[in-house]
Amino acid sequence: MVAGQPVAVVARGWGWRYATRHAWAVRGLDLDVAAGERVLLLGASGSGKSTLLAGLAGLLDRGTGADAGTGEEEGRLLLDGVPARAARNGAIASGQARTGLLLQDPLSQTVSARCGDDVAFGLENHAVPPTEIWPRVEAALQGVGFPYGLRHPTSRLSGGERQRLALAGVLALRPGLLLLDEPTSMLDPDGARLLREQVDRVVAATGATCLIVEHRIDLWTDLIDRVVVLGAGAGVVADTSPAALLGEDAQVSAGLGIWLPTVSGASARPPRATEDGPVLLAARDLAVRRAPAAPVAVQGIDLEVIGGRTLCVVGPNGSGKTSLALALAGLLAPSAGSVRAGAALDPPGHRAEPHRWHARDLVRRIGTVFQEPQHQFVASTCADELAVGPRRIGLAEAEVQARVSELLGRLRLAHLARANPFTLSGGEQRRLSVATVLATRPRVIVVDEPTFGQDPGTWAELVDLLGQERASGCGIVAVTHDETLVQALADDVLRLGRAARPDPVSERAVIVR
Amino acid sequence: MTALAWLDGTPGVNPRAPIARAHPVAKLAAALLFSLGLVLSVDVVSAGLCLALELVALPWCGLSPGALWHRAWVVLVAAVPAGVATALFGASDTPMESGLAITLRVMAIALPGVVLLATTDPTDLADALAQKLRLPARFVLSALAAMRLFGVLAEEWSALTMARRARGIGGGGPVSRLRDLAGRLFALLVLAIRRGAVLATTMESRGFGTDRPRTWARPSRYRLADAVLVLVAVMMVVVSVGVAVRLGTWNPLWR
Repeated sequence: MVAGQPVAVVARGWGWRYATRHAWAVRGLDLDVAAGERVLLLGASGSGKSTLLAGLAGLLDRGTGADAGTGEEEGRLLLDGVPARAARNGAIASGQARTGLLLQDPLSQTVSARCGDDVAFGLENHAVPPTEIWPRVEAALQGVGFPYGLRHPTSRLSGGERQRLALAGVLALRPGLLLLDEPTSMLDPDGARLLREQVDRVVAATGATCLIVEHRIDLWTDLIDRVVVLGAGAGVVADTSPAALLGEDAQVSAGLGIWLPTVSGASARPPRATEDGPVLLAARDLAVRRAPAAPVAVQGIDLEVIGGRTLCVVGPNGSGKTSLALALAGLLAPSAGSVRAGAALDPPGHRAEPHRWHARDLVRRIGTVFQEPQHQFVASTCADELAVGPRRIGLAEAEVQARVSELLGRLRLAHLARANPFTLSGGEQRRLSVATVLATRPRVIVVDEPTFGQDPGTWAELVDLLGQERASGCGIVAVTHDETLVQALADDVLRLGRAARPDPVSERAVIVR
Repeated sequence: MTALAWLDGTPGVNPRAPIARAHPVAKLAAALLFSLGLVLSVDVVSAGLCLALELVALPWCGLSPGALWHRAWVVLVAAVPAGVATALFGASDTPMESGLAITLRVMAIALPGVVLLATTDPTDLADALAQKLRLPARFVLSALAAMRLFGVLAEEWSALTMARRARGIGGGGPVSRLRDLAGRLFALLVLAIRRGAVLATTMESRGFGTDRPRTWARPSRYRLADAVLVLVAVMMVVVSVGVAVRLGTWNPLWR
């Protein structure tokens, strides 16, 4: 693949303040990246990494004259000696892009209904002649090993496939500077590895300069030749080699909350009760669809959720793990077969099927932690968020407050009691969403990818916490890609096979005890 | 290239039927012709004949009866009460006839629109609007990209609903249901704005949003069949109106 020339980056006292904010997102940044260099950008959230990438892509508009633009700029940010914004506009005019930007969220980066059109979009904007567009689109799709044709609907892609499509859309432009903003943080391990391999290949073939923002450093250590750490409002606070980061400079890495390959998550397994509790939930020949017209996500499931045991549900994307968890949690009705509560769960009235329960009865018996914590936040402070469940089940206010303060302390959230849940960091949001579930003391806890995107500290806390709940007699169902979590916590493992989309799964799932 | 993937998976829709594969602008023109011919007069003959001719053309539209019913029943829900209201409360000397004329008219105007929407891929429509009707590309393509987000938001909505039930929220009386609905709508709005911002960044980073001319990977071209479609639509309207005039039922609004 022919590429634009590798781009050299220079920042001199560069800073950017969004018009809607008082604080500068980046300030006083001095940085030199040579053409063809591959740099990993680290820094705590709020250190301005994403702003820097947006600036390099030429997306920050300081306006000219009467046009106010979107913020205030100081210092200089240059691509091959040209200010970044002017470089972008020049590139569009000349038809040869200088930069390509890949973002984190796969769902929000799809522009078109058909895969081929999505890749062609950038080329059209750069006024590439139509006869050249389709060969370049096909080459870009081939370059990322895309398994579908030009006409495949983007709505049927998985997250990993969407991210590869977005990468193809970037690569079709043949940029000399690749900007990757946490490109794998929402992918499962296989999807992340695959994306990294494709970036490897492209960089090797084109020699493009590369700036990568990522927390999973182990994934990228072979590719990068330099690590730059940004501090909030402080510019570059460390500039080192990958080897130094992994070895001598351990103090730096520890403070950054990043996963190092040397840090093993597999601590000792938390203790468990000596005897199993009663059967809390039983699924018989269970099949689930996400919507009445949707294909069957999972079928033929027989399992039991037992007090004092953890059931881990694993399998590739699309195998129906989450759908199964939602059915067990009483949030989705089975499309065939049944989920029934055991007597030990004290089903309300004479209804054994959790999906028929009133929300109030459900939250007292089964607690569910969603993969995306923000879906579950309903109050404006953390303390109120924790009080929602206990109030719903009709506890006296004194008892509600007692539970809230106990959980705030136990999950190290006391200093955030008055903070808005949406303003917390990823790790804090995860801890809060687990705490909200514990507040009603359910006997069954269902968690969906609890450790996804978490730093090592939060990871260990979550394992401890789930271990404590198990020891106190809870039955736990954990949907996860995280094999380390399975090793640390699983008593039973349910492995699901890949569904033959869009037709129903044919394999029967097997429980390994 | 005419990529048809979007409609290929839609049950009851055959995107290769003669009318279905016509140029979106030709389909739009045909639909507008019917509307124009039918809003001029309220009479049973022109509307009934027009609707009958449309139904005769239906087999070439690529819509199965089931698929048509699935999309068009809403039209009946609007057309029948409109006719009944006209018959009951209208100031006409022949209330039953006026009511029937209204019902037939709404159906005859709506049917081509239903066919247009059901058989036209949004991407092809956007290409046609921007390239043939010269609507601003920035506007058309932004709207098209926003449509992608609707599917995502539908999934978010069901996730939000389940996530809130898991918190013990939902059910109860109408007041608490209404409060829950407001809460979910607000949460969806927040999520939509966040996704929209990311999508806008993605599009801009690929060179979108400047005033420079862009090229089109899928050139939108008229074919002979498109002219035939428009001509047939003209003839159908002329025949309907002509017969009504001949029978003396033609009753233009300005009279």
